[in-house]
Amino acid sequence: MKLIEILNALFPAGHEVGTFGQLIAGTAQTSSSTVAVLGTTDAAAIGHDIALGLAGRILDIVDQHPGRPIVFLVDTKGQALSRAEELLCLNGSLAHLARCVDLARRQGHVSVALVTGEAVSGGFLSFGLMADKTYALADAQVRVMDLKAMARVTKIAHERLVELAGSSPTFAPGAENYLSMGALEAIWDAPTAALLESALDQRVAKGLLVDGRMDAGRERGGRSLAAQTVAAVLAA
Amino acid sequence: MENLEFRFTAHPARPAAGAALCGVVGSGNMEILIRPGDEADACTVSIKTSARGFGKIWEAVIADFASRHPVGGTRIAINDMGATPAVVTLRLAQALGDYTGGAQ
Amino acid sequence: MNAPVHTQLALRHSYFEASARSRVAQLLDAGSFREFLPPEVSQPSPHLAVLGIPGAFDDGVIVGSGQLGGKPVLLIAQEGQFMGGAVGEIHGAKIVGLLRRAIVERPAAVVFMVDSGGVRLHEANAGLIAISEIMRAVLDTRAAGVPVIALVGGSCGAFGGMGIVSRLCSAIVMSEEGRLALSGPEVIETVAGVEEFDSKDRALVWRVTGGKHRYLTGDCAELVEDDAASFRQSTIDLLAGLTEPAPGSSALRTEQKRLTQRRERFAGMRDGLEVWAAMGMARPAEVSLMDRDSLVAAKKGLPA
Repeated sequence: MKLIEILNALFPAGHEVGTFGQLIAGTAQTSSSTVAVLGTTDAAAIGHDIALGLAGRILDIVDQHPGRPIVFLVDTKGQALSRAEELLCLNGSLAHLARCVDLARRQGHVSVALVTGEAVSGGFLSFGLMADKTYALADAQVRVMDLKAMARVTKIAHERLVELAGSSPTFAPGAENYLSMGALEAIWDAPTAALLESALDQRVAKGLLVDGRMDAGRERGGRSLAAQTVAAVLAA
Repeated sequence: MENLEFRFTAHPARPAAGAALCGVVGSGNMEILIRPGDEADACTVSIKTSARGFGKIWEAVIADFASRHPVGGTRIAINDMGATPAVVTLRLAQALGDYTGGAQ
Repeated sequence: MNAPVHTQLALRHSYFEASARSRVAQLLDAGSFREFLPPEVSQPSPHLAVLGIPGAFDDGVIVGSGQLGGKPVLLIAQEGQFMGGAVGEIHGAKIVGLLRRAIVERPAAVVFMVDSGGVRLHEANAGLIAISEIMRAVLDTRAAGVPVIALVGGSCGAFGGMGIVSRLCSAIVMSEEGRLALSGPEVIETVAGVEEFDSKDRALVWRVTGGKHRYLTGDCAELVEDDAASFRQSTIDLLAGLTEPAPGSSALRTEQKRLTQRRERFAGMRDGLEVWAAMGMARPAEVSLMDRDSLVAAKKGLPA
């Protein structure tokens, strides 16, 4: 789906969202309020420029528009892969972006992330997975690594990985796996204003300072060891 | 991965700790955990190893160790990533030393 | 062979070569460590067993409490020799649990001995989600007023999501041998070619990701010798002065400005040598030969 189609479907009441390279930023109207729209498009590789571009805009929202909800649109193939990026501590810029999303939450901004295309590794960690709730469109590709590359790195036969992926959500790519493990709140067949507004609803968003993803993973049956282990550490 | 289970008779160990762990599950290395077992004059050994087909060697190495050291009354668990027999013997001695407080 | 057997014989205990358990013993006040979920009550990762790989009882990370310079701390130590210190479901959850415990217990700090390549590919989704949970838990712990100090000096460095996590901590203590980055040089070489990043050129890897470079550019707070006692002393010193202000936009604006200006100042550079020269180091080629104290002194002498 094209970005403009997604924006039109999410915000029929209007939007002013610009693209700056692969960074997207602007505002949009829901039936009840103005929201900020931020994110990336065309499977962006997140480097310093995009990370700092998003981080700076989040700080502007926090300082200039207290309480304004933030909608993140996620389409990233991961972090930028280059020596120049690493030389200036790319992990530091991604951490900075993550801290800005976290600050917005603490300052009372509800945030929702929607994976519209790809969501991979470091790019996904830095903002998509930092939102209060993360959703994905049905055709979204959420992964760390595809199974062929994983077979190469782990030296486990590709056929074996494919076979195991059928019974375990733990390692294979796919939005439904992230849903059952608690990292995604829901998968949307198509973007609609109703779905987005219900996700942004303050009553739904209440109490989001608590990270409830491992509890969700346990309830959905996709990830039970994590919650169990945390409880054991707390009780030890 | 191969799972191996052995049982050896041995003189009883005198534990100084509730359990002892030695080594790391890294390439060419292994970890060994010694805990109290159910029989005072026997040692049970449970091995998970990345290298298949070395059951006989494991059995010989540990049987030799159990014949020379008091490891009775223990339950030994090993997670192995291709340790050589020399490393296995060294880890067994270290773990037993920690378990018995270095007394034996 | 396990390194500690050898290093115990030496006066100096290499932090780089040590196992996580010996690092813990050498960092904390003697005899003060208490492990949560010790090996004898733990099970190796079932996700690895399914793939036919022997797990470790502690799943490659040790968590517990102890005293450091007489102050109570909670502690996390990743074992780089087991699966590259990578984060799987249990491994990650032990870290999250420890950080959440810190919010309740309020120790003087959480000491996080990072030694990890990031996500454990064998448990890729669980690992990625766990790292996201660790990221939020670190920030929650800091927001509750408990500093989190990362120590980076192990053989696997701090890469991938653990590189991000390290930079979310209150401060990083690094040795020259430590490495801190996002993508590993091998990954960049595989995807972008050996001309982009020759992962076998160790000197280059250290000039891009190593402790001295990160110290000069302000991405780690302290540089220490590759020695357990130095990590211990530096962490004790940090503990004395570290406070956690309530999260606010002014600190992040300062960081935004620093990162943005740096991006402009060092644009197009691909080697630490270029950056150090641009910073005003008189003889950048000598940085790799300088000992820790000389480098710290040289940094103090740089123009602002």
